[in-house]
Amino acid sequence: MSSSSLSLEEVRRIAALARLRLAPEEEERFAGQLSAILAHVEQLKELDVSGVEPMTHALAAGEVPALREDAVLPGLSPEEALAAAPAREGTAFKVPRIIE
Amino acid sequence: MTAPTQDLVRLGLREAGDAVGARRVSSRALVDAALARIEATDAKVGAFLAVTPERARAAADAADARAAAGARRSPIDGVPLALKDIFLTKGVPTTAGSRILEGYLPPYDATVVERLEAAGAVVVGKLNMDEFAMGSSNENSAYKPCHNPWDLSRTPGGSSGGSAAAVAARQVPGALGTDTGGSIREPAAFCGVVGVKPTYGRVSRYGVIAFASSLDQVGPLARSVGDAAVLLRTVAGHDPRDMTSSTRPVDDYLATLEGGAKGLRVGVPREWLEGGGVDPGVAGAVRSALDAYERLGARLVEISLPHSKYGIGAYYLIAPAEASSNLARYDGVRFGLRAKDARGLKEMYSESRERGFGPEPKRRIMLGTYALSAGYYDAYYLRAQKVRTLIRRDFDAAFERCDVIAGPVTPSVAFRLGERTDDPLKMYLADIFTITCNLAALPGLSVPCGLEAGSGLPVGLQLLGRPFDEATLFRAARALERELPALPAPPGV
Amino acid sequence: MAVADFQTVIGLEVHAQLLTRTKIFCGCSTAFGGEPNTHVCPVCLGLPGVLPSLNRRVVEMAVRTGLALGCAVRPKSVWARKNYFYPDLPKGYQISQYELPICEGGEVPLTLDGVERTVRLVRIHMEEDAGKNVHDVSADGSSGVDLNRAGVPLLEIVSQPDLRSADEAVEYLKSLRAIVMALGVNDGNMQEGSLRCDANVSVMRRGASEYGTRCEIKNMNSFRFLRQAIEYEVRRQVELVESGGRVEQETRLFDPDRGETRSMRSKEEAHDYRYFPEPDLPPVIVEPALVERLRAELPELPRARAARYQSALGLSAYDAGNLVADAAVAGFFDAALAAYGEGAEAAKKVANWLTGEVARLANETGEAAASWKLTPQKLAAVLRLVDAGTIGGPGAKQVVEEVFRTGAEPEAVVKAKGLAQVSDAGALEAAVDKILAANPAEVEKHRSGKKDLTGFFVGQVMKETKGKANPAVVNALLRKKLGA
Ligand SMILES: [Mg+2]
Ligand SMILES: [Zn+2]
Repeated sequence: MSSSSLSLEEVRRIAALARLRLAPEEEERFAGQLSAILAHVEQLKELDVSGVEPMTHALAAGEVPALREDAVLPGLSPEEALAAAPAREGTAFKVPRIIE
Repeated sequence: MTAPTQDLVRLGLREAGDAVGARRVSSRALVDAALARIEATDAKVGAFLAVTPERARAAADAADARAAAGARRSPIDGVPLALKDIFLTKGVPTTAGSRILEGYLPPYDATVVERLEAAGAVVVGKLNMDEFAMGSSNENSAYKPCHNPWDLSRTPGGSSGGSAAAVAARQVPGALGTDTGGSIREPAAFCGVVGVKPTYGRVSRYGVIAFASSLDQVGPLARSVGDAAVLLRTVAGHDPRDMTSSTRPVDDYLATLEGGAKGLRVGVPREWLEGGGVDPGVAGAVRSALDAYERLGARLVEISLPHSKYGIGAYYLIAPAEASSNLARYDGVRFGLRAKDARGLKEMYSESRERGFGPEPKRRIMLGTYALSAGYYDAYYLRAQKVRTLIRRDFDAAFERCDVIAGPVTPSVAFRLGERTDDPLKMYLADIFTITCNLAALPGLSVPCGLEAGSGLPVGLQLLGRPFDEATLFRAARALERELPALPAPPGV
Repeated sequence: MAVADFQTVIGLEVHAQLLTRTKIFCGCSTAFGGEPNTHVCPVCLGLPGVLPSLNRRVVEMAVRTGLALGCAVRPKSVWARKNYFYPDLPKGYQISQYELPICEGGEVPLTLDGVERTVRLVRIHMEEDAGKNVHDVSADGSSGVDLNRAGVPLLEIVSQPDLRSADEAVEYLKSLRAIVMALGVNDGNMQEGSLRCDANVSVMRRGASEYGTRCEIKNMNSFRFLRQAIEYEVRRQVELVESGGRVEQETRLFDPDRGETRSMRSKEEAHDYRYFPEPDLPPVIVEPALVERLRAELPELPRARAARYQSALGLSAYDAGNLVADAAVAGFFDAALAAYGEGAEAAKKVANWLTGEVARLANETGEAAASWKLTPQKLAAVLRLVDAGTIGGPGAKQVVEEVFRTGAEPEAVVKAKGLAQVSDAGALEAAVDKILAANPAEVEKHRSGKKDLTGFFVGQVMKETKGKANPAVVNALLRKKLGA
């Protein structure tokens, strides 16, 4: 395995960060599959990218996007906003107790 | 004003629109024919996740009333269409092919849906897709597989598999899909239809469920180049709700459609046909398309895209990274699936997401979270974005010497369902020819260029163009379409 | 414990809610309050498919603030996603700025113990606010989520760790508050959370060269809480170090009920926000022409205004400082002075009323200067009534209070309440006589040379006349009756 192979521990750390519960066999499977993908991705390291600007936005060069004017637009009623909510209390979305 | 269903479903988008306009056929008849065709074939094809007959019939009747009153909204007023299930449709289930959105009824319409309806097009249903557009075979749909109308044992491609299959199977004359790394062009090639991935920013993404925001683009699938052009022109253009949409005017693609290929400089990337792992039957069909261009007076120019081999690596860092963030909103708080029995807040998150997401989104969320996490950002995500710049520079240099770039869409024709599901990396590697177009934000088009000898399955030719030069792609594709024999109807349905 | 052996090091991150009509990325109203989820749309609910659309005013207010604070304004700044899960964060990420913020550098002036100095800024960036979690919404202990505030525009103003005491931190925040209010970008309302701050606090032994480990304290929405929280945290950290312990880098929450900070255990797990450039938003381009326009439109800032009040109007540093702390009050002062008169004496009178009685009423009612029923013209009218002798000091106080509460015309109040001063010597003589007769011992003392009893007699007469007697006339009468 290359230097990029993922340990089970790392898989668990990433899963926790991503709020994904994984079954033990999924952890195993992902460790293997992600390691294989990362090994392929290693080839990017062949390239000298020093001084290259990242292309984080695909918008055509030179286009300055128009900004929205600060005027109120119609939104949703609380009923529309909550229509798909798995649980609600009054017009609030209801979630398990939040402990701070 | 009645014609047999078989004849009506064979009509292309513009033919159908013209027939409604001339009052030779009613929109209602077209829509009923489409619904009947779906009813008759979709058990085998599996293209639709939802069909909306009542809405469609009502919209058709309204279109007929407009036609009668001489108040048509557009040349496609009254024409039935269908949408990949990634477009939000107010009050109509929208799932992105995922369990996490099962039964979700959006409170608003995507901009492109508004534009289609403003043009009078009649949406008859929502189309199957890989979950959250992640896949190349439609096998990642959480609901059901989709089958290729040319051979039901094969995949229609993905992620817009339902869109390509529905158009190929004559269920609808046109559909919208999305393309993040080839998700319109690959299924179009596999199903023998025309599919277009426009320049990034050409079509609004507002109301389109995001997979990878800097790569996603909406595009049409249809059975002819001109039909695809009409559909794109209907939905393209600036949208103030999408700040990444371009303010450039949309070209009149039809005005230049029949301009031919004479004098066109067709770039052929050295790296794509030699040693690119392309199956001989595919390479042969592509070669004969290039020959056809020469016959038509185009000039073939050998070009080089030295960084395109890094495309897959860059893509499988950037797309999952963006996806991991885009899919964070599926948390069970405001909509979608929630693990009701979860004991605490954290459990609600991780259990809802565990149950709601299938293996492919999970895999990409994991990969993307890793690529962005502390200590890895520079080595992975940032480096990939720099490689993207190098890939774009290759294209900029190439387009100094040619007007379009031509090559295969995929290394092979449609593969069998189940054949590649065990090996995600192998599945990813098949996107080699389509991915660089998204990374470089260019327009790309897939047009049928014949059948593979032996399998008899369709092969697509991919054309790539300069940013916002979709008009040239349509013109070049149309020249080939006229030159080559038309494909037969798919034998599977 | 020896707090004195340690140097406190503080940096503040101030979140200022911008005074826009609509949210930063959608057209929903920013109005405060209301039932949960009444100012929401698909965008600020983070529904599938939505995209942000940037409010022009937010950019303008950010640039305006940056220019006022001497920051370098970046011609091209970049949005970033800060990824974390929390119910009040609908998209699972906050759109903020990270590597390339709109403003960098700059400074905030402050005056502490009469000494003027500046505190350096690291940066100012734009971001969206989160919603609000409501605790214990139902009997089963569940929480609720209200997204009315989700997407309200914020400026985050980050200082260098240049502050060395709780006092200094408070003065910094006061100065910054006065500036953003003067700029019209923020209403300064700390109670409602439109201006709030986090403090990074560490301690180091005096003479040490490296900063200690810092803790970030959240949730301070008043000057008093900021001071309490810092003082508590400094004591806690010093005690910890003195007893051989180590300060852990962590986020702590200030609990105003106990005056303590406590560890936020729910956020204890390692922060890994996975920042990356927001692909849904192009970079923010600030053209030079916009910068120049906004620079030309900058109002007079608090420090310059206070200096002008001192040099041109002769106000004390204290009064000037009080007036400019709220640009609306300073504006009121300017207008009242213009309506009333000129010169140092007039300025002093207006300032006294504003920093005294009016400030008291404003404090008591919580009414912001912009919405006072007392107008500058009405205050000037009250002062003129005093000058004319129509009302005296106590009457004026009653008039101001009534006008402040009801907005009535001062002269009408004087009439309705019968507050007109009695200046007629004949009418007052009886009262003076009555007081002198009732206090023979004091009269005797006064005659034998204890002249400072004059004030006592005046006071008694005022009481007798329910404050309506003209003190000058009473004085004259007393002089006449008691001999000079
Ligand atoms: Mg912040
Ligand atoms: Zn909103």
